[in-house]
Amino acid sequence: MQSRYAVVMISVRGLKKHYRVSKRPPGMRAAMKALFNRQYETVKAVDGIDLSIAEGERVGFLGPNGAGKTTSLKVMSGLLYPTAGEVLVDNHVPQKREVAFLKKVMLVMGQKQQLMWDLPPSETFDLNRAIYEVPRDVFKKRIDELTELLELQDLVNKPTRQLSLGERMKCELAAALVHGPRVLFLDEPTIGLDVSMQVAMRDFIRKYNEEHKATLILTSHYMDDVAALCPRVIVIDKGLVSFDGKLADLVQQIRPEKRITLRFSKPVDRKDVEALGLVVNWQSAESQLQVAQDKVNETVARALATLPVKDLNVENPPLEEVMSELFARSRTAREAQGAK
Amino acid sequence: MLRTLRALPTVMRIGFVEAIAYRAEMFVWVLATTMPFVMLVMWSAVAEAAPVLVKGQTWGSTQFVAYFLSMFIARQLISAWAAWEINWEVRQGLLAMRLLRPMHPIVSYAAQNLAAMPLRFFVTLPIVVVIAVSPARGYMNHDWRVWCLVPFSFFGGWLITFFANICVGALSFFMQSSTRVMDVWLTAFFVFSGYLFPTDMFPEWMRRITDWLPFRYQIGLPVELMIGRHGFQEGLELMARQYCFGLAFMAFAVVLWRRGITHFQAFGG
Repeated sequence: MQSRYAVVMISVRGLKKHYRVSKRPPGMRAAMKALFNRQYETVKAVDGIDLSIAEGERVGFLGPNGAGKTTSLKVMSGLLYPTAGEVLVDNHVPQKREVAFLKKVMLVMGQKQQLMWDLPPSETFDLNRAIYEVPRDVFKKRIDELTELLELQDLVNKPTRQLSLGERMKCELAAALVHGPRVLFLDEPTIGLDVSMQVAMRDFIRKYNEEHKATLILTSHYMDDVAALCPRVIVIDKGLVSFDGKLADLVQQIRPEKRITLRFSKPVDRKDVEALGLVVNWQSAESQLQVAQDKVNETVARALATLPVKDLNVENPPLEEVMSELFARSRTAREAQGAK
Repeated sequence: MLRTLRALPTVMRIGFVEAIAYRAEMFVWVLATTMPFVMLVMWSAVAEAAPVLVKGQTWGSTQFVAYFLSMFIARQLISAWAAWEINWEVRQGLLAMRLLRPMHPIVSYAAQNLAAMPLRFFVTLPIVVVIAVSPARGYMNHDWRVWCLVPFSFFGGWLITFFANICVGALSFFMQSSTRVMDVWLTAFFVFSGYLFPTDMFPEWMRRITDWLPFRYQIGLPVELMIGRHGFQEGLELMARQYCFGLAFMAFAVVLWRRGITHFQAFGG
């Protein structure tokens, strides 16, 4: 997917990560039985992934819960050994966790923090400066830049525990960038943040990527994050890549239809709207139709001619719907394969 | 190595600032280490009621005062809590953040623990003053050369305590919670280290066993040096044993940690 001449930053071949986990049904009897005869099963968190990501790319890693996204990120950042396969990040084998590798990467997890709870974030910044050996002048310049971009002026000297979730996340991101990582793994970086904070975070992440040519892999359940940040998406489901390409292509492939939203100047009957196409949302003052792409012009013309339309809007179906459709299809395909 | 040494001053400074931030918790912890005062009262009362023989010598209440006040000081200065930290971080998945940094986690735990020492030393100052102005002073060591050994014996005791903590903490990579193992360790520590009573009060055969266990070298030896139980030469020999235990625990901790991390990387966290 990446440009033919681009420098490959992350290369993954046949990556598998299987876990052996114990299982037992609920109840006292099962608990006693498990004492003497423990049953195990193998969970295939990642089951053969191939991908290649170029320097400076922004890639969205999508999938339902338990798809293997975080496991993949942990393998790529050196926190987990792969069961099989080969992973190279800027020519480093991540699981060796060499100092040169650790200085180039950072994993930001929305639900785990590196900020020291009772100290101001500025102390964590300074700690990272020392540990990552960032020269003081570079550190000062970078912190000034991060402070301005993320609007941290009033936050960095307050104890972390006194910051709101959004403020903490901004400081967390700044702490992660003190050493200027060339590869940034972002695991749900906007989880729990309000809409304006999400927008601020996205803007900042995009700026960092553009200014530092950093490679960025993002996982998020907020499709807006992905739409705003990632020209390329890799969809992973049950440990396998089910799509790798442009976000627009994914939408086109899964939901080629368009959504037409009609707002009326006076109430209309449902049957009048249904005559134009598939109604996905109906109210007497506003309705939404789903129509094939090649029928959009015709449908719009008919709507304008037959209904009291005061405003209309044509757009792609919501990404959330596209994703759930994709996951549903891959589940059905797997079940069909299993039945054979 | 040089890289780590360059980072240490900042790591230690921030560890000290963190210790100050947790001063209330530390105060509560200090209250939890006041067992020597309880033992002081108990054994002083016993010594006043009847002579207590310690390795052929009769100990009066003042000697017990000197012993247990020194014990309180030693308890503050040899302490480590890495086992609980590791256990917590493994269970909460926070260890990942430490592993992502280019500094060995054992070094960062050590720096954090050592950085709190100035504050702990500050806590011991009133007790030092009490010893200096009370009759207990007469039962303290009078050989300046032995006093020179005392800080090193504290460090040796801390080494054993810290690396025992790392060993127990590393067990949390393999089991659901290793703090129960720490409870077992602490029980043995209380009995065999001299914390509740001088190890010389054990029957001879049992006292000899304590010579081959690490607990006495954790805290008993620094106290024995402070109260002048050993001359300079004997002190040196005992400290050699103490540092052997320290190095053995260090080696064991490093091996266990490596295996634990391999397990962690294989099974996730």
